[in-house]
Amino acid sequence: MKKTVKNLLKLLGKSRAALFVSIILAAASVSLSLYVPILFGDAIDEIVETGIRFEVVSRLLFRAGIVVAATAVLQWAMGMINNRITFDTVKRVRDLAFEKIESLPLSYIDSHAVGDLLSRVISDADQFADGLLMGFSQFFTGIATILVTLGFMLYINPKVALVAALLTPLSIFVARFVAKNTHSLFQKQSVIRGEQTALIDEMIGGAKAVSAYGYENRAQERFIEINGRLETTSRKAIFYSSLVNPTTRFVNALVYAAVCLAGALTAISGGMSVGGLSAILAYANQFTKPFNEISGVVTELQNAIVCAQRIFELIDEPSQPSDEGFPALSEIKGNVAIENVSFSYSSDRPLIRNFDLKVSPGSRIAIVGPTGCGKTTLINLLMRFYDVDSGRITVEGLNIAKITRESLRRGYGMVLQDTWLRSGTIRDNIIMGKPDASEEEITEAAKATHAHSFIKRLPQGYDTPVGEDGGNLSAGQRQLLCITRVMLSAPPMLILDEATSNIDTKTELRVQRAFEKLMKGKTSFIVAHRLSTIMSADRILVMRDGNVIEQGSHGELMEKGGFYAELYNSQFS
Amino acid sequence: MKTLLKYFKGYSLEAFTAPFFKILEACFELLVPFVVAAIIDNGIQGGDKPYIYKMCGALVLLGAVGLASTLAAQYFAAKGAVGFCCNLRRAAFEHIESLSFTELDSLGASSLITRLTSDINTVQSGLNMTLRLMMRSPIIVFGAMIMAFTIDFKSATIFLITIPILTVIVVGITLFCIPLYDKVQKKLEKILLLTKENLTGTRVIRAFCKEDEEIERFTEENLRLSRGQKLVGRISAAMNPLTFVIINLAIICLIQTGALRVESGILTQGLVIALYNYMSQILVELIKLANLIISIPKSAACAKRVAEVLNTPCSMVNGTATECNINAEYSVEYKNASLRYSGAAADSVEDIDLKLKPGETLGVIGPTGCGKSSLVSMLPRFYDATGGEVRIFGRNVKGYDLSYLRSIFGFVLQKNRLFCGTVRENMKLGAENASDEDIVEALKAAQAWEFVKELPGGLDYKIEQGQANLSGGQAQRLCIARALVRKPKILILDDSSSALDYSTDSKLRAAIRELEYRPTAVVVSQRVSTVMHCDRIIVLEDGRAEGIGSHGELLKSCEEYREIYESQIKSEGGRS
Repeated sequence: MKKTVKNLLKLLGKSRAALFVSIILAAASVSLSLYVPILFGDAIDEIVETGIRFEVVSRLLFRAGIVVAATAVLQWAMGMINNRITFDTVKRVRDLAFEKIESLPLSYIDSHAVGDLLSRVISDADQFADGLLMGFSQFFTGIATILVTLGFMLYINPKVALVAALLTPLSIFVARFVAKNTHSLFQKQSVIRGEQTALIDEMIGGAKAVSAYGYENRAQERFIEINGRLETTSRKAIFYSSLVNPTTRFVNALVYAAVCLAGALTAISGGMSVGGLSAILAYANQFTKPFNEISGVVTELQNAIVCAQRIFELIDEPSQPSDEGFPALSEIKGNVAIENVSFSYSSDRPLIRNFDLKVSPGSRIAIVGPTGCGKTTLINLLMRFYDVDSGRITVEGLNIAKITRESLRRGYGMVLQDTWLRSGTIRDNIIMGKPDASEEEITEAAKATHAHSFIKRLPQGYDTPVGEDGGNLSAGQRQLLCITRVMLSAPPMLILDEATSNIDTKTELRVQRAFEKLMKGKTSFIVAHRLSTIMSADRILVMRDGNVIEQGSHGELMEKGGFYAELYNSQFS
Repeated sequence: MKTLLKYFKGYSLEAFTAPFFKILEACFELLVPFVVAAIIDNGIQGGDKPYIYKMCGALVLLGAVGLASTLAAQYFAAKGAVGFCCNLRRAAFEHIESLSFTELDSLGASSLITRLTSDINTVQSGLNMTLRLMMRSPIIVFGAMIMAFTIDFKSATIFLITIPILTVIVVGITLFCIPLYDKVQKKLEKILLLTKENLTGTRVIRAFCKEDEEIERFTEENLRLSRGQKLVGRISAAMNPLTFVIINLAIICLIQTGALRVESGILTQGLVIALYNYMSQILVELIKLANLIISIPKSAACAKRVAEVLNTPCSMVNGTATECNINAEYSVEYKNASLRYSGAAADSVEDIDLKLKPGETLGVIGPTGCGKSSLVSMLPRFYDATGGEVRIFGRNVKGYDLSYLRSIFGFVLQKNRLFCGTVRENMKLGAENASDEDIVEALKAAQAWEFVKELPGGLDYKIEQGQANLSGGQAQRLCIARALVRKPKILILDDSSSALDYSTDSKLRAAIRELEYRPTAVVVSQRVSTVMHCDRIIVLEDGRAEGIGSHGELLKSCEEYREIYESQIKSEGGRS
């Protein structure tokens, strides 16, 4: 909490001058706007049946007009400044959060739900903005209003002012009391709503199962039951929450009546004028408003701070270690060595231990093992998505922890099973690794991977936009695009993750041939599922429970009769 | 929209009483300045203390009566709005349950869920607000004007000019900002997409060293968002100063004319103050009204989306037959059957001719999207054939009562779906009277008993929503068992061994072959090994039958089949 506020102040510090001006403007515009009723009161005082001094009335009203105009200008300027401070600050926060996302260690991203991180950058930042804006526009003005009003009322008549000042907090108590009770009802309501949404989701998402087993009636019973509970709770929640306004209004009415009484009695005894009474009545009306607003703003601000805390948590997360000053890898031939490497995702579950592997240029390494055995761990280490715990991995004899990440990663072409495409056109996706590729190079690469034929049939060819998550393309087509992407950038080493998902036979054959072309003469690491791929590898790494337990060629491993042989026999015969 | 009115049933009283009490409250509030004027003119100027006490008492009384009527109004509004929406939600849910899959597809599952949840919630708050404010705000605004007219016609003309100007400003700025807000929302969605993309594609982005480029992209979009937000902010920042100026100018005019009228003896000082007070009341209510005006189109749009669901007619006409002739020659017949989904350009299943005798097994194989699932989904009438006909035990499926028809089948869907409840409850779904022995038998055949008996509570093990506490393979086997418990006459397995390993799959196939009641079985798969032992196999490609026959026949006659077979089996170690 304290840290968040500190962070917040640091962030706002950049707008220090604007902030200062905003506060000054708030005080000035409030004072001026509250001066208006006094002028009106004075003018009304002149309107007595016994003879009106019109020149005085006109003078007072003219003055009021000037004050009104000035107030409006100040209010407007304050609005503009608050607007700017708020949205500039939120933009800054979002930029910082996004930059952090790009430099976070993968372990952080892997261990946090996408939805959670997203909501920090999007909705938390939004709520933070709302809170900030409301804070600026209402908090300062609210406080200024209370203080200035009190001052003016005391100036007009201390006794009557006291009546207003003492009674007003009543409305805040009432509002607080109601709000506190409503909160739990709203919470209950959102729980029931969640339950109902889950049911609807289950029934509509599983509509086929529902009708295949005649579950409709049971589903309806469950729905009606939840719906009934929701009705009672919602009705209560809405009713109780709608009590805040009328009850505070009632309290205000009481205050108004009391001020009116005290004022009228004072006026009879000559303690104040009728104009004074009308001014004080106008104040009494305004005096309660900022109290209610401030209590609303405080909750909003608390909420905003919680949101800010969640964003700052992300921003303050340590970045991956910097690689500044390290040399870049150049002249990659494809010599990779893993030397005595140990690694685990969490210290209580050791995974890879003392692993050694030497790969000469152009050789193919197949990684096999049952699902969930940690085949992707090796990819994580080779690409330096994760750092080894001990030992080292070298490329061309250089420790990859001591060279720039960029030069290492540019050395690899990577095709993952999860065929990720960015939003943009087909072309944007293909040229990711080589933004300056010519048209010929692009089509050549696409032809080599057999992607050209489907791309040219798309409505806008290479300029067809790819839907969110590649929505408008089939799994096989997405895979071909990912391969084309790597084909175009022609890196010296490859990391491939074969798809296990069901793509149809014809496309699969194409993908297969595309992989084959891609791998020609390059050092490649393949997470393999297909027997033909496995058998053509120079070396097979057999993994189980995160550890490499056997390695060798297909023949050697079969002869050994270990886990690989067992796996082979159970799956392929 | 009109169609929705009937869901006020049981709440029509509330729909009238809520605004009524609100009007009452507004009227009481309008009396306040009058009382104050009386205090000034009669009480203060006449020095009449008892009169002042009496009138201040009247103020308190007005407040209390006002409170009572608001409470009544709020209560009725909450009850009416919530009741209406619960009726609506229930009706929509029941209607959805009765729709056929053609309609469900065209409406879309996620859209249906939004309509039933957040859309109806928006309707509810919009309705609640409308019931409460729709009457109050205009009555205060126009009431204040009318009161002004009763006080003094000439001064009241100031109201007549001020109100339209204020309305134009308040409503105009509000309406002007709505499309801008929409634009900001779109920009925000763009930011959301970019962020999501970067989170799900971190590995690829880093592999291609695109971090800096992505940051640049984000900063640019973020700047656009920020600009949009500032624009809206700037425009709405004009509202307060503008209305402030206008109201106060009006008051200045009021006092100026008031002074003249008092001099000529038409008005009193107290009445001038009353006019002043009425003017001040207007602004607050106009702003409330503007907020209401924003929320009404939003709620109306949501209501329309809900009405759309309710107005979607079910395209499937129910039949009447509730028995079938189990001695019919064929249990399943496709007669030149075709299926084209509504809105699709081509048939998903085209001209299929196929007959199965009771107890026969059929394998369906072909690449993804070739129409395998569409073919079997015509049997229990998930979709109706759009050409030709489908017969079950000699009768067109359209002749059967739907729930009876579906009870003939044991259908294992591609997507496993168990409901929350115990394992036993799930097993009994299709067969209410099944005994524990029946269930265990089915579980054994589905290769599920092994793990079910190890679960805490066994058959009483509670399955969570979305079967989160089961593995994919376990859920799949339970779904198979569920289909077997009802001892179906026709068993359909739609790609339902995808999560099983090879040996479990083969044990399952053997168990199904040995079922005593010998169901007609239709097995859909992409794996040759799953279908090759079926009596007959149909090879689909683009919805058409490329070949129908036994494994041996197809190897000889059907090139497609041979290709699939070779790519899957022969290349994997020469097994046959």
